[in-house]
Amino acid sequence: MPTSVLKTTRFRTAFGIWCSSWTALHFYILTKIGLSYHVALYDSVVSNLLLAGATIVVAVSLQFYLPESNKYSYLLGLCVVLSIIWVSISGALLLFLLHDATAYGAFFSHSILVRGAMGFLTISCMALLNVLWYTLQDQKETDKRKTEAERLSKEAELNNLRQQLQPHFLFNSLNSINALIVQQPQKARAMIEQLSDFLRGTLKEQKEWIPLEEELQHLELYLAIEKVRFGHRLSTSILNEAPNAQLPLMLLQPIVENAIKFGLYDTTDDITIVIEAKRKENNLILHITNPFDPETSVPNRGTGFGLSSVQRRLYLLFARQDLLQTSINNNLFTTIIKIPQP
Amino acid sequence: MKAIIIDDEPLARSMVKEYLQVFPQIEVVAECGDGFEGIKSVINHKPDLLFLDIQMPKINGFEMLELIEEPPAVIFTTAFDEYAIRAFEAHAIDYLLKPFSQERFGKAVIKYLGQPAILQQKKATSQLAQSPTHLPLQNDRIVVKTGGKIKIIVVSQIVYMEAADDYTKIYTADGVFLKNKTMSFYEQSLPANSFVRTHRSYIVNVQEITRIEPYEKENHLAILRSGARIPVSKSGYTKLKAVLGI
Repeated sequence: MPTSVLKTTRFRTAFGIWCSSWTALHFYILTKIGLSYHVALYDSVVSNLLLAGATIVVAVSLQFYLPESNKYSYLLGLCVVLSIIWVSISGALLLFLLHDATAYGAFFSHSILVRGAMGFLTISCMALLNVLWYTLQDQKETDKRKTEAERLSKEAELNNLRQQLQPHFLFNSLNSINALIVQQPQKARAMIEQLSDFLRGTLKEQKEWIPLEEELQHLELYLAIEKVRFGHRLSTSILNEAPNAQLPLMLLQPIVENAIKFGLYDTTDDITIVIEAKRKENNLILHITNPFDPETSVPNRGTGFGLSSVQRRLYLLFARQDLLQTSINNNLFTTIIKIPQP
Repeated sequence: MKAIIIDDEPLARSMVKEYLQVFPQIEVVAECGDGFEGIKSVINHKPDLLFLDIQMPKINGFEMLELIEEPPAVIFTTAFDEYAIRAFEAHAIDYLLKPFSQERFGKAVIKYLGQPAILQQKKATSQLAQSPTHLPLQNDRIVVKTGGKIKIIVVSQIVYMEAADDYTKIYTADGVFLKNKTMSFYEQSLPANSFVRTHRSYIVNVQEITRIEPYEKENHLAILRSGARIPVSKSGYTKLKAVLGI
């Protein structure tokens, strides 16, 4: 809920000054037209205190209910009703307090229209002020949210870029090429081609959804480079039984990178990384399996490493928490993601 | 002069070997693909110089050095530039960023060969274990040697630590392990929100505390889930209260 204008010191001061000067003016006019000080004092103090009360009622109700722009007639109605109530209560109270003052009753009846008009003006003035105040606050809040959202998406984009470029992967690959140039020039050339194709793939214009075939091709390049770096240790098996399936950009790659990190970088044996794609009803189901070394690294059951960002993306895209699952079976870690097809 | 190359990528190892051909006085006696093999090999061959990668399976290059009593001189070879400070704290001769050129590699080796007293360098490297560093622990784990085996302790599995001269005894559910680092090292490098130095000679994992009892005049005792009773000094009690939020 936005802060009430009533809580700001500046408003309170202005409100106090306004109340007292309004009361003083009221008192002055009444004595000028010949009422006794006693009556004028009562009339001015009671009327204006009640009027102040009515304006506070307006301010508080607007804090809880701000009419939409096309419903200002409600506001007008509220002001009219409040003015009538104000005139009635202040009249009843004054007539009760000043029942022995001669001709006060007649004076009040004469002035009732003027009082009503003044009261209405004051109350609607307050209403207007509050509407402006809350609209402004709303606007500020929306702006803040917007900036925050923009900042977050910029950050994500930057992070994404940094991840895509993977400096360590790149430098290690260059190091391998450096070694191959002298020992096996043909292989060095092949690896430069693979690395270029892979990098070109990451720099391509980004659509939100990409065909599975394209993503798998891209990942095969990545895995081929890792095969050169780690020699015979790495083998892969990619099985695609989901023709024409699509998946969100940059979703599968972090999972495969995760599989490489745990399965290849942190182990010493020969390993196989398995990627399987299936279609079930209107979902694309992907299984990614990698071994891990239970002696040195125990992947987190829930999110593994680096999988929390995948989970977050899936949640943002589909508003579901159950699309990413992981399981551990002996020394095999399997990540399963379900992607509802558009 | 004997050297060992430790790197998990065969091509990276062959690269170093190729660059070393211009230094016939250096003989490569072994090549290793991970830190475990590296330790064995260093113990067997007692080399003068190591070419050491940092990110490797099992244990990383720094962890490996910690486990060697008198480590040889080290030249790090890695694609990661973020460990340079740590490497020089470990008194490395040089820190080569992959991919590096023959010239850059040559400079590192000449720097090693030109050391006035190589033995001194050896001593400096072994001080790695004691060099105070404010960096958090690698991967939140501590690697220890027990008998002939290497044991990896995940930080959250530590129950408490006790000072033993220049060593620290690490108590876990799997047993007690000795590590050649000081209490102040661990006080600085363990996560401060779960480990508190309750006493000059004790660091406690606060998750393990079941209750705290007054003990003698101004002291307290922390009773752990395992039943162990850990002394808590006056200042330790203040720190403990701050971490537990009481």
